[in-house]
Amino acid sequence: MHELYTKLKQLFPLGELTEQRNNLAFITLDQQQLRAVILYLRDKENYSHLVLLTAVDWLEENVFQLTYLLSNRTKSTDIGLRVMIPREDATMDSIHDIWPTAATYQRELREMFGIDFPDSPRVNDDFILEGWNNIPPYRRDFDTLKFSEETFAQRPGRETKDPAEHMKQQLYPDGA
Amino acid sequence: MAYQPDRSQYPQKKADGSLDIDLSSGKYLKLWQGPQHPGITGNMSVELTVCGDEVVEGITHVGYLHRGFEKLMERRTFIQCFPIVCRICVPEPDFNEYCYAAAVEELAGIEAPEYANWIRALILEMGRINSYLMYCGGQAGAFGMGVISQWTTYVRDLMLDRFEELTGARIYHMFILPGGVRDRLPEGFAQRMEETLGEIESTMSDVYDTMYCNAVFKKRTVGVGVIDVDLMDSYGVTGPNARAGGVAKDVRIDQPYLVYPELDFEPILGQDSDIYTRADVRRKDLLQSVDLVRQILAKMPKQGSLMAKVPNVMHWKIPRGETYIRGECSRGEYGYYLVTDGSGYPRRVNVRGPSYTHAMALLERMIVNLNIADVAGLMVSLHTYPPEIER
Repeated sequence: MHELYTKLKQLFPLGELTEQRNNLAFITLDQQQLRAVILYLRDKENYSHLVLLTAVDWLEENVFQLTYLLSNRTKSTDIGLRVMIPREDATMDSIHDIWPTAATYQRELREMFGIDFPDSPRVNDDFILEGWNNIPPYRRDFDTLKFSEETFAQRPGRETKDPAEHMKQQLYPDGA
Repeated sequence: MAYQPDRSQYPQKKADGSLDIDLSSGKYLKLWQGPQHPGITGNMSVELTVCGDEVVEGITHVGYLHRGFEKLMERRTFIQCFPIVCRICVPEPDFNEYCYAAAVEELAGIEAPEYANWIRALILEMGRINSYLMYCGGQAGAFGMGVISQWTTYVRDLMLDRFEELTGARIYHMFILPGGVRDRLPEGFAQRMEETLGEIESTMSDVYDTMYCNAVFKKRTVGVGVIDVDLMDSYGVTGPNARAGGVAKDVRIDQPYLVYPELDFEPILGQDSDIYTRADVRRKDLLQSVDLVRQILAKMPKQGSLMAKVPNVMHWKIPRGETYIRGECSRGEYGYYLVTDGSGYPRRVNVRGPSYTHAMALLERMIVNLNIADVAGLMVSLHTYPPEIER
């Protein structure tokens, strides 16, 4: 994997390399370089299978990490391309013309993280959520507990008790 | 030979590439297949636009089953995630447990004991057999042969008995946890498993005679739903769907995990890439898994450690890192992308199910030109499970 990284580094400005296993490495790169690197890996190095495309929300650093995981079946190796994009007005170039399946991943990221992929087919259509009007739910600042308390009411007779407090009451009713 | 449709009746394409369909012309009709439909593979639906009996456009809709597992896991400790991951995919839950456990082990620097790896492989192969048995019933049912699913459900139930005596549960086993497995094989397990495997082989022989040799089944499946070999990589096709087209994609061989290097098997390949070939590849794969279970039981050590030493799970923190673990499930490549940030909770978990590509982009492309009656058969032949699309 190191050889490939050195080769790529001569062609493109690249960031950090993380060798996770001998057949899996992650490379950080700029948003502008992504398309060229993907095309090079697909056409010259036989990384022709897009395994997944997903995002990680680094809220503290105010960035989204997009991970494009590509696989080379003949060599049985995988490369994860990490692209950091700002969280505000997050926009990324679409790669649906390179892999048609990417359109589905991008549609999900648009809905769940609010990352826009202009020109990706049906990117603004509802994918999983219907009529969602809150912040995109997979963002770290979306509070699931608060949402559930605001949206759903407690059914009468189903009050929950704090287990520790409840057992204390049961075992030591006098507070001993 | 692939079906060559008459395109003269087809709608024109608009400038943006979408079809110019005027529903008021009376020539086209919208038809919803699902979410409540016996020919659908679960909680999803396909919005069909038909011209006469022929599909001109199909759009997959999901969202009937979203449970937000990936978000749920961000608020749970590593051990709290373990009992919920299996619920992501109902018919073959064990791959979730294995991939999650292996990803956590890799990032935490733990190595599962060898004996546990043998039991893990045994469970994964048992799950594969179950998943294929369910598929066989569904594939036959989609073409009107209801009795096959009754036979396969019977033998699947026997395998569920084996799961029950091994793990204590029939569907969600919660057995493969980070660090190892929960228990060893019960007394006499190999003997009872052999009886079950014999019953499965006998049933599959009957299924072969009644389903695979059936003239109607052949007539309706041979040459229908062909996946072009050129599409395999661009559409992310994996597993039996790829192998039926002669592409030898099998994670167990390409990137061997657990104890697969010690087992003797070859990827099962087809040639024609149609519904019939896919069904046949899966049947042979099922029988190969029966053989693999026998090999595992014969070759595995009789004794060994079940669990590696893991930290106190209540205070288990894993340093910042990311990894991807994959396995070959009955539908293709199943994988977990796990990101940790040094805290006691996963930063992000992403589940890569093979249906994510098979049931969305690939199905939408392949459904065009089919007859309405063949849509269900095609969907089942791609072996799609909606739970892994929306998690």
